[in-house]
Amino acid sequence: MNIHEYQGKILFKEAGVKVQDGIHCKTVNDALNAYDSLGSKVVAVKSQIHAGGRGKGTLYDQETNDLVMEGGVKIAFSREDVEKYAQNIIGRKLVTKQTGASGKIVNNLYIEAGCSIAHEYYLALLVDREAKSILIMASTEGGMDIEEVAEKTPEAIHKIWTHPVDGLNENDAVEMADNLNLEGISKQELVSMLNSLSKMFVEKDCSMIEINPLVRSESGEMIALDAKISFDENASFRHPWMEEMRDHSEEEEVETRAHDHGLSYVKLDGNIGCLVNGAGLAMASMDVIKLYGGEPANFLDIGGGATRDSITTAFGIILEDDNVEGILVNIFGGIIQCDMVARSVIEASNELGLKVPLVVRFSGTNHVEGKEVLDSCDLDVHTASTLAEGAEKIVNLTRRVE
Amino acid sequence: MSIWIHEKSKVLIQGITGKQGTFHGTKMDEYNTNVVGGVTPGKGGQFVELPSKKVPVFNTVAEGLEDTKADVSLIYVPARFAAAAIVEAADAFHEKGGGLIVCITEGIPILDMVKAVARVNQYPEVRLIGPNCPGIITPGDIGGSKAGIMPGFIHAKGRIGIVSKSGTLTYEAVAQTMSVGEGQSTCVGIGGDPVNGTGFIDCLDAFEKDDQTVAVVMIGEIGGSAEEEAAEWASKNMTKPIVGFVAGSTAPPGKRMGHAGAIISGGKGTAAEKFKAFEAAGIYVARDPSEIGNVLVKALEDSGLR
Repeated sequence: MNIHEYQGKILFKEAGVKVQDGIHCKTVNDALNAYDSLGSKVVAVKSQIHAGGRGKGTLYDQETNDLVMEGGVKIAFSREDVEKYAQNIIGRKLVTKQTGASGKIVNNLYIEAGCSIAHEYYLALLVDREAKSILIMASTEGGMDIEEVAEKTPEAIHKIWTHPVDGLNENDAVEMADNLNLEGISKQELVSMLNSLSKMFVEKDCSMIEINPLVRSESGEMIALDAKISFDENASFRHPWMEEMRDHSEEEEVETRAHDHGLSYVKLDGNIGCLVNGAGLAMASMDVIKLYGGEPANFLDIGGGATRDSITTAFGIILEDDNVEGILVNIFGGIIQCDMVARSVIEASNELGLKVPLVVRFSGTNHVEGKEVLDSCDLDVHTASTLAEGAEKIVNLTRRVE
Repeated sequence: MSIWIHEKSKVLIQGITGKQGTFHGTKMDEYNTNVVGGVTPGKGGQFVELPSKKVPVFNTVAEGLEDTKADVSLIYVPARFAAAAIVEAADAFHEKGGGLIVCITEGIPILDMVKAVARVNQYPEVRLIGPNCPGIITPGDIGGSKAGIMPGFIHAKGRIGIVSKSGTLTYEAVAQTMSVGEGQSTCVGIGGDPVNGTGFIDCLDAFEKDDQTVAVVMIGEIGGSAEEEAAEWASKNMTKPIVGFVAGSTAPPGKRMGHAGAIISGGKGTAAEKFKAFEAAGIYVARDPSEIGNVLVKALEDSGLR
């Protein structure tokens, strides 16, 4: 689960990580009031969306799609600037490298006091799955796209680890400061910041904290100018505040609805809907559809505890997608019984008025009974005994007649 | 003789009185697995009725091990308590000289797993499989030994080792071996979480040393670099042929595909990279899981095993 920069900075402040003063706004008026109360001549006017690359993004009008402004993060030198930028940002569509072409509507703005920057750094903490620990990585190349830095100059990225059991080793933190060529107060502040962030990462069950840029000010202070934080939702049971920080407008409604029904759904751009049990098999089903020349419309894992109700919901979600021209159901029954799935599929098809071809492949627990149920129903269902056969059938059935 | 679990293995079930624990305990008993007892704090002294016998419930894993001499502990404990259950089992096995922990639970907080794995790794004689996995099964002559949720009836005793990050895709691989007349020595689901216990290399190493196994099917998926590391290790250390498949060629970057670990992030962990690593390591690649059987036949023929 991701949160906004303005929320991240509240958490930073609590954790003892230095940030500039800033105010969260929803309207142009809010922004002007924020400017007045911050008392800083120069401020940053920052679009708040759950995606990176905001500074280099482009704002478009929601309705006309006309270009409104280049850059989703602006430095304002006057009250008039703030007004102009806020008007250009709030309610507009921001398209960045990470949002995809459809972009994201900006509903939130952050006005932050300006800061004299001596140097920009990159700093991130994330779970290192191979080392089974928390990785802290930093570079002197702040403000840059870190993937680009990793690609071109991997030696410019310095790494240390902090294990949740032992905490951060002081020597490692000092070594990191040395690697970033920090001295005096800046060095002390970085070491203290790394300690604070390590503790916060564990206490709040973060899955990532990224600060890009982290800056050294003219006076040597180390300040987090950005805050990109995501949390491990599996730990939400011990963090009730997570739900309060959630911005539903930033999440795909249909993916959330699927999740609430025990389904795992990701929308894709193709025309063949898939309904599968198991994440690996669901991915493999998409892959094989593609192998046979089709394009999957979605990833959908109904999970091991699927019921008639969740399968009906799953069917509904697939059929909501106007691009769907055919459906492949691929079930390898383990705990799930194929005949239960067969009955649920028939029920859902009748209820929702299925108008596209349907191919069902059953294997495993009660697959014979499942096929019998399908064979004896009125629905026009095609069956297959292997995944490859099922994929080939649905691809042929959805191929447009030229 | 198979790896890590065999017909004499005695299995304790943590969470046996829960719905999942009882359901799968019953299925395991039906498959002839020697379930010797269970653990549910506060329910020590009770018994659970399985089809072939009644088994005792203990308050702690330590008590259970003391009484039953179990060498496998299978965990069906809700996610928020599962990491503590792993640590409890690890400590108890350590006291008794070792054992195998299999954790089925999905949705354990990742930092809980980082801590739990660190504990397990302090004990070289204790092995953890999972979490978020179907478990491990060694098919026998009648039924077999299974510590997990996989449907027993699709398996048969044989000479192919299977290791996979996925559940149902493992069943698919099992069905593929059966379709070409091959059975399995042991099938291990290592799970789809980013931080887990036993990895691909541990499994490959064990299969390489196992007399019963002549070839291995390895099923990976997008995310992380475990497949690449396993491929490189295999190219130097494996004499037995490997057939490999990776799920997620069509997965978009930055999107979690069901499993917590199945995500392409920062352009890393793609199926294309993993397939490339497989090919570079001389692994027989199946691009379609329905082809695993045929590719396996080719691998066996090339090695003079068929």
